[in-house]
Amino acid sequence: MTAASDTRLAPMAVPARLGARPSPYPGWFFLPAAVIYGVLFLMPTFASLYFSLTRWTLFDSTFIGFENFAQFFREPFLIKGLVNTVLYAVITSGLKVVLGMLLALLLTSHILARGYLRSVVFFPVLVSTVGVGITFTVLMHPTNGMINEGLALIGIKGPGWLTNPNLALFSVALVDVWKGVGLATVIYIAGIVAIPQDYYEAARIDGATKFQNFLYITLPLSRPATATVITLSFIGGLRTFDLIWAMTRGGPGFASDTVASVIYKQYQAGFYGLSTAGNVVLFVLIGVLVVPLTMLLNRKQGHE
Amino acid sequence: MKSRPSILISSAAIAATAVVFLIPFAFIVLMAFKDRQQSSLRDFSWPAGFHLWDNVVQVIATRNWMLVTAFVNSAILTVASVTLLVIFAAMVGFVLARRKTRFNGLIEFLILAGLMIPPAVVPTIWLLQGLGLFGKLHGLVLIEVAYGLSFSVLLYRAFISTIPRELDEAAIIDGARPLDVFFRVILPLLWPVTVTNIVVQSVAIFNDFTNPLYYLPGNGNATVQLTLYNFQSQFNTSYNLLFTNILLITIPPLLVFLFFNRQIVAGVTAGAVKG
Repeated sequence: MTAASDTRLAPMAVPARLGARPSPYPGWFFLPAAVIYGVLFLMPTFASLYFSLTRWTLFDSTFIGFENFAQFFREPFLIKGLVNTVLYAVITSGLKVVLGMLLALLLTSHILARGYLRSVVFFPVLVSTVGVGITFTVLMHPTNGMINEGLALIGIKGPGWLTNPNLALFSVALVDVWKGVGLATVIYIAGIVAIPQDYYEAARIDGATKFQNFLYITLPLSRPATATVITLSFIGGLRTFDLIWAMTRGGPGFASDTVASVIYKQYQAGFYGLSTAGNVVLFVLIGVLVVPLTMLLNRKQGHE
Repeated sequence: MKSRPSILISSAAIAATAVVFLIPFAFIVLMAFKDRQQSSLRDFSWPAGFHLWDNVVQVIATRNWMLVTAFVNSAILTVASVTLLVIFAAMVGFVLARRKTRFNGLIEFLILAGLMIPPAVVPTIWLLQGLGLFGKLHGLVLIEVAYGLSFSVLLYRAFISTIPRELDEAAIIDGARPLDVFFRVILPLLWPVTVTNIVVQSVAIFNDFTNPLYYLPGNGNATVQLTLYNFQSQFNTSYNLLFTNILLITIPPLLVFLFFNRQIVAGVTAGAVKG
């Protein structure tokens, strides 16, 4: 392996007289990472393609074709999980883009206590998701919760955030945004401060308003940041498990189940084949939604 | 851009972020100070007495010092996984950035796959059982390494491509052996991105809930995130202890945040400018 890599390298970097020595860029440097990644990540991923087609007890498996997938698209509560997953990803990534952008604009403008504001917005990113979930479950209690007590002070009767089946998923998504918007904000801040000031100078000379500055300079030139935020939070949203599990366990009923929580529930119930089929569904879902999305987001990169 | 800071907008922003972001944390702290009876009201009120110490002692002693075991487990898990991640990812990033072969495309694809594809849970458990690693702490260490590699390699590769190749050549001409080039010339130069890697990955692994839940079952094996999950049902009515627990496991990320804020932000925004 090293000999082969030397001949390939020789014309590029290493001077000819050193050609006989082993490469300074040895191929075996890939090995430890490749073994761990290959065995513990790639192999299960490939194995899941087979086991999703079986009825499986971990000890033996019976091939049943696409029965697990058929079940996934037949049982109403499993379909619900599928719809919820997409909905959750769209809501959280949409809100994170909008709020992250607004907060970043605020924090890059001339404002007092910028350091404090950045820290306060970013800190929740680092806190345990389960801890946040439990805290907000208490805060969102329909009668005892602080949020509804606060709303009652200004004369609004707060809803049952987590007990109303139509609202539960949305409430969890809001907490996800609360925890994750700091990440979107710092990504946008990095994108905005990288925009050369010349553009704003030129725009000022042309008499552009602040809103025009935003629309024609900041927004298009922070497109890479937007792409990063959307991709990260969309994938994160599709895969989300711990927050949902900490707050509602998919309830009430199946109202806030996502594919990831369904995978866990089926695993706990011992339906390993069905659980693995859920994994494949999630995998396909991410492939089908995220690949076109990233292509779309990075399409115009060449013109900028 | 040179206008004076707007007092109005500034104070509005400070007030709004305080309500939205600080009150939940204040709530956690206040709850941790209350006694059982007052905490059961779950309201935002001043503690009637100072019970933090009692609560801490009680939480730590619960279920045979489970929280202590959990902190030890989490510490071992975090340190071991991050050490392996840093070394292995730096090695991959180095060769990947320096050597252009026809495999590079495949490797890049695998890195992206690692970032996007959700791990197949039950097949992984099946495989870990086959290897005798299921329910073992070192098994979970390897899992965290496998799942974290993609992100760390990306960080390293981006940084290494900014280090001029002439440096390697100079070292070789000066008589450095091939391994010295990496371990004695390149690796020390990578310190800034290594710190970023260490900080971002340790927070992620310390806070990881899902993987210990699946791959490390059993109370003796609990990591800190699972203590919350276990205590949630047990402390159904003793909210003071639940929130004391939350407070205790928030301290490590808080310390990291206070000392390494800059490195974390550098890590998570690495891809934002170039896309």
